[in-house]
Amino acid sequence: MLRFIFTRLALVIPTFVGITLLAFLLIHAVPGDPIETLAGERGIPEERHQALLHEYGFDRPLYYQYFAYISHVLSGDLGRSLITHERVISEFKQLFPATIELSVCAMIFAVGIGLPAGILAAARRNSIFDHGVMAISVTGYSMPIFWWGLLAILLFSNTWHLTPVSGRIDYAYFVEPKTGFLLIDSLLSDEAGSFRSAMTHLILPAIVLGTIPLAVIARMTRSSMLEVLGEDYIRTARAKGLAPTLVIGVHALRNALIPVITVIGLFVGSLFAGAILTETIFSWPGVGKWLFEAVGRRDYPVLQGGVLLLGTSVMAVNVFVDVLYGFINPRIRHTR
Amino acid sequence: MVAQAEPLTQAAAPPHPLREFWYYFSQNLGAVAGLVTIMIILLLALFANQVSAQSPIEIHDGQFLRPPFWEDGGTLAFPLGTDPIGRDMFSRLVHGTRYSLLMGSMVVSISLIAGICLGLVAGFARGVVEIMIMRLMDIMLTIPGILLAIVIVAILGPGLANAMLAVSVVALPQYVRITRATVLTELAKEYVTASKTNGASVVRLMFLTVLPNCLAPLIVQATLGFSTAIIDAAALGFLGLGAQPPTPEWGTMLADTREFMQRAWWVVTLPGLAILITVMAFNLMGDGLRDALDPKLKR
Amino acid sequence: MKSKLLAATAILALAVAGHAASAKTLVYCSEGSPENFYPAINTTGTSFDASSRPIYNRLVEFERGSTKIEPGLATSWDATEDGLTYVFHLRKGVKWQTTKSFKPSRDFNADDVLFSFDRQSNKDNPWFKVTSDNHSYYNDMDMPELVKSIEKLDDYTVKFTLKAPEAPFIANMAMDFASIISKEYADQLMKAGTPEKFDQEPVGTGPFQLENYQKDAVVRYKAFQENWRGKLAIDTLVYAITPDASVRFAKLKANECQIMPYPNPADLPAMKADPNIKVLEQPGLNVGYLAMNVTKKPFDDKRVRQAINYAINKAAILEAVYPGVGIAAKNPIPPTLWSYNDDVKDYPYDPAKAKQLLADAGLKDGFETDLWWMPVQRPYNPNAKRIAELMQADLDKVGVKAKLVSYEWGEYRKRLAQGEQMMGEIGWTGDNGDPDNFLYVLLGCASAKPGGSNTAKWCYKPFDDLLIQAKRTTDTAKRTELYKQAQVIFKEEAPWFTIAHAVQNAPVRKEVVGYKLSPFGQHEFFGVDLQ
Repeated sequence: MLRFIFTRLALVIPTFVGITLLAFLLIHAVPGDPIETLAGERGIPEERHQALLHEYGFDRPLYYQYFAYISHVLSGDLGRSLITHERVISEFKQLFPATIELSVCAMIFAVGIGLPAGILAAARRNSIFDHGVMAISVTGYSMPIFWWGLLAILLFSNTWHLTPVSGRIDYAYFVEPKTGFLLIDSLLSDEAGSFRSAMTHLILPAIVLGTIPLAVIARMTRSSMLEVLGEDYIRTARAKGLAPTLVIGVHALRNALIPVITVIGLFVGSLFAGAILTETIFSWPGVGKWLFEAVGRRDYPVLQGGVLLLGTSVMAVNVFVDVLYGFINPRIRHTR
Repeated sequence: MVAQAEPLTQAAAPPHPLREFWYYFSQNLGAVAGLVTIMIILLLALFANQVSAQSPIEIHDGQFLRPPFWEDGGTLAFPLGTDPIGRDMFSRLVHGTRYSLLMGSMVVSISLIAGICLGLVAGFARGVVEIMIMRLMDIMLTIPGILLAIVIVAILGPGLANAMLAVSVVALPQYVRITRATVLTELAKEYVTASKTNGASVVRLMFLTVLPNCLAPLIVQATLGFSTAIIDAAALGFLGLGAQPPTPEWGTMLADTREFMQRAWWVVTLPGLAILITVMAFNLMGDGLRDALDPKLKR
Repeated sequence: MKSKLLAATAILALAVAGHAASAKTLVYCSEGSPENFYPAINTTGTSFDASSRPIYNRLVEFERGSTKIEPGLATSWDATEDGLTYVFHLRKGVKWQTTKSFKPSRDFNADDVLFSFDRQSNKDNPWFKVTSDNHSYYNDMDMPELVKSIEKLDDYTVKFTLKAPEAPFIANMAMDFASIISKEYADQLMKAGTPEKFDQEPVGTGPFQLENYQKDAVVRYKAFQENWRGKLAIDTLVYAITPDASVRFAKLKANECQIMPYPNPADLPAMKADPNIKVLEQPGLNVGYLAMNVTKKPFDDKRVRQAINYAINKAAILEAVYPGVGIAAKNPIPPTLWSYNDDVKDYPYDPAKAKQLLADAGLKDGFETDLWWMPVQRPYNPNAKRIAELMQADLDKVGVKAKLVSYEWGEYRKRLAQGEQMMGEIGWTGDNGDPDNFLYVLLGCASAKPGGSNTAKWCYKPFDDLLIQAKRTTDTAKRTELYKQAQVIFKEEAPWFTIAHAVQNAPVRKEVVGYKLSPFGQHEFFGVDLQ
C-alpha cells in the first residue's frame, strides 16, 4: 500500500513542474502586459513603460524569468500581484476557502440528492420515478450553468424572494474571519443569525454549481446499481430471504459505490472550472473570479501562482481518490 | 422530455451489425427523440433563411426590446420579440443553430483527429514519447478547462474560430486517453501480432489495423463531446470571448442582453433554452449510441 | 487648544448631524475591489472611492458635488503673478486617525505634506518603492516636469515652485494622488521594519478609518469622529463589493445596501418606479466619441469626416445604449465644464447629405473601413459593442462598409494610440475639472504622435495655438473665450463623431439624505445620513 502511494506521489512531481511551465508559457504568450492594461485611456509614455517593465524584470529572456520564478516558488515565494501588490499566497488563502465552501456544499447537495435518487431509480427500474429521475438527470447534465445561474437568480431571488441575491453573508453581520469558511466562522462568532444568513447566501450558488454533478451522480449510481443488482451474490442474498432494503442498502450499495466515488473525485477538477462561471454570476469572492480577472489584467504572478495552487489541489484530491480507491478495491492496487 | 429506456438484455444474435445497432438504438426512446431533435435543428440550420422572414442582423430602429407576439406590445412580425437594438429574436435564434452545429462539429473534428493521432503515437511508441504525451494531457486536465480556454482565447484574440480552437484544445485529453487505452488493449491481441509478422508498416498498422477497432468508444465520446463543445463555446461567448458581433451565436446573445434580464425575460431565456435543447439532444443521442454500440461500455 | 477644537467640532456636529441615537450603518454596493489603499499608485475610481475619499484629505478639495475647488488641509493659498510659486497655509489642529497599531502624537503639519510628495517623486526616499514604485498619476499629470521644488517655510506653510506656469496646477492638488499621508506613522513602521503595513492599514485625516477589508467581499470603515470637518451621522460605512449591476439593484431593492453606483440603464425605469428608491442624477465629466484617424485615407479629407457625422443616427444610439443615462454630445467637453460652447451646432442625421459629401470627395460608391470598439464598459460608454453595431448598420446605408474590430482592453488602447485603426470608439473622464484636461490631452498636437492620447491623430495648427495660449494665462475669462473658439474649429474639422456624455445615475434608498454625486464620478459619504 505504501509503495502504491509513493508511486502515485512520484508521478506528481513532473506534473507539478509541467503545470508551472505550462502556466508560465501560456500567460506570457498573451499579448499586452499588465502595465499597459492598467494605464487605461491615459496610456503611458514608452520610456516609462520600458522602465517599469525593467523594474519588474519583464524585459529579460523568458527562460530567465521562468527559472527566477521557479527558484522563488521553491523557496515558497509566489510573488505579489501586480495590481494589488498583495502577496499571491495571502490572496489565495483569503479566497480559496470561499471556493472550497461553495464546492463542498455543491458536492453535498449533489451527493445528498443524486445518490438516493439513483438508488431508488435502480430499485424501481422502469417506474415513473425512474423515468422522472433520468429525465431530470439528462436535463441537468445538459444545463449551461451560466444560464442556469441567471435563471435561478431571476426566479428564486427576484421573483419569489426566497434567497438573497449574491455575496456570502448579510453585511449587517461582521464575522471575524478565523478559518475563512463562513459557515464555521459564523458559528464561532457570537452574532446571532449570522449562520443562517451565511447559509441562505450559499444555497443558490451551491445548487447551481451542484446541478451537473448531481445529474451525473444520479445516473452513475443508477447504472452501477443495476449492474451490481444483476450479479450472482445479490441473487443469492435475495434467495436467502434478506429484506430488499438490506440487499440494496448494504450488499449492493457497497460495490456500486466504487465507480461513484471515482466520479466524485473526478468532479473536483471540473467543479473549480464551474466555479469560475458560478462565482462570476453570484459575485462569490472565490479563486475562480480572481483568476478570471487576472487574465484580463495580465496579472502574471496571480495567474501563475493561482493555477499552480489550484492544480496542486486538484492533484492532491486525485491522489487521495486513487488511494481511497485502492483501499476499497484491492485489485487496482496490485495491477499497477 | 422522454425518459431514456434501458436496452433489452442480449437478444439472439441478429444477422447484421448495423441492423443490430439500429435495433438497440431504436429501443431507446430518448435516443430517438434526441436524433429527431438533431434532425430538426439540422433542417433549421440548412433552411434558416427560408424559415425566418427577417434578417438576423438587420437593425429595426425604434423596435428595441419588443416582446414576443403573445405578450402586450408584441407583433407577429417579430414572433419571439426583438433584442436591445431591434433585431428579430426568432431569426437570430434560428440562425444560431448554424453556429452551434458549426462549433460542435469543428471542435469535435479538431480534437478527435488530433486526439487520435496523439493517442496512436502514445500507444505505439511507448517509452519517453508516451510519458511526455500522457503527462501533458494530465497537466492540461489539472487546469480548470474554462480557464485554459480563456487563456488560449486571450492569446489568440476573441472570435468564433479562436474560441473553437480553444475548446478543442481543452477537449483534447479525453480523446488521447481513450485512444491510447484502447490501442493498448488492441495491441495485445493476436490479429495485431499477425499483421506485424506479415510485415505491415507502422502507419498501416496504426490506421488500418488497430484504429478501426478502437472506433466505437471514440464515436461515443465524440457525440457526447459535441454537447460539451457547444456548452463550452457558448460559455466563452457568455464571457465575451466567443463569436463577435453581429454573429447570432447563442452564448454571445446571452451575454449581450444579460443586463435586460429583469425587464425583458425573452432576450435571456430563449438563447439559453436553445442551448439547453441542442445540448440535450446530443446527450440523449450519445447515450443511445453508447448503449447500442457497446452495452458494456457504460461508464 | 484641544478643548477649543472639541467645542468647535461639537457645534459642527450639531449642525451637520443633528443627533445620532443608535449605531447607524450605511452600506454602499460598490462595483469592485480596490487595488489597494494607497491612492498615489492607484488608477481606478473604484480604488479612489475606497482609499483617498474616505480615509485621506488633500491640500485643496473639490467641493462636494461640483468641480469647484475649496480649502482642504490648506486653509488658503497665494500664487505669485508669474504663476510660478504657490504658497499653501496649512490648517491647524487636524487630527490623524488612531488605529490598533498607531497612536499619533502630533497633529498634521508641513512635514506630512513634504513626505507625501517626496514619496512619489524622490527615488532615494526609502518609501518610494514601498508597495509599488509606479506612482502613475504623479507622472501622468506631468508633475516631475512641472514641480521644481517643494519647501517647508514653517510648520504650517509650504511653498511649491513650478518650472513653467500651468493654470490647472491648483486643480491637480485636489486630485486623489495628492492625498496627504502621515510622516509619523511612516517613521514608526519603518523603524518596526514593516513598511508594507502603511498601505494595508492606512492612517489618514479623513472622515472614515479602515476597519477591515476582505477581497472581493467587503470593506468596512468606522467613522472617525475627530476629523477636522466635523462629526459624522453614521457610525459604520460598509462597501459591499458587488460587480454585477443587476445584482446591485436587487440588493438595493432588498435594502441590503442603501446606495449603489453604475446602474444598468435597462433597470432605470424600474428604479424610478420603485417608491423606496430615489434616483439621483448628475451629468458626468466625460465624453464618449468615435475618433477618425486623419492620417489614414480617406479620413484625411474633411468632407469624409463630416459625411460620417451626417450618416450616423445619434438619436438611435442614445435611445438604444444611453436610455436615461446620457445626453447627446456635440462638443469634446461636457456641458458641466466651464467654457462649454452651447452655440455650436451639431451635424444632424442626414444620410442624403452624407452621400453627397462622399460623392464630392470622390467616393461615390462608398469605401471600406474598420470600426474599433473597446471590449469593456467605461463610464462614458456603457456598451461600445452595441454602438458599433448600430454605427455599422447606419454607415452601410451610405455605402461605407465598416468591419468591427476589437482587442483586449490594454492592447486596444495601445493600438489605438499607435493609430492602427481607421475609426475607433474611445472616450475620456475628466480628472480635475479643467477644459485643458480634455482639449489639450485629447486633441492637442503634442499627443497626436504615435502612442499619444490624441486618437484621431489630428494636429491642426490654428486649434492647437488656441490651446497653448489658454494654458499660459491664469485669467479664466480669457481662457473661456479661447476654449470656445477652439470648439467651433473642432466641430468644423470634425475629427470625431461625438457620441454622448454619460449622465451618472445613483439610485439610493429613500432613507438616504445628504448624498451628493460628484461630477468626477467619485463616491463620497461624508455628510450622508440615514433617516
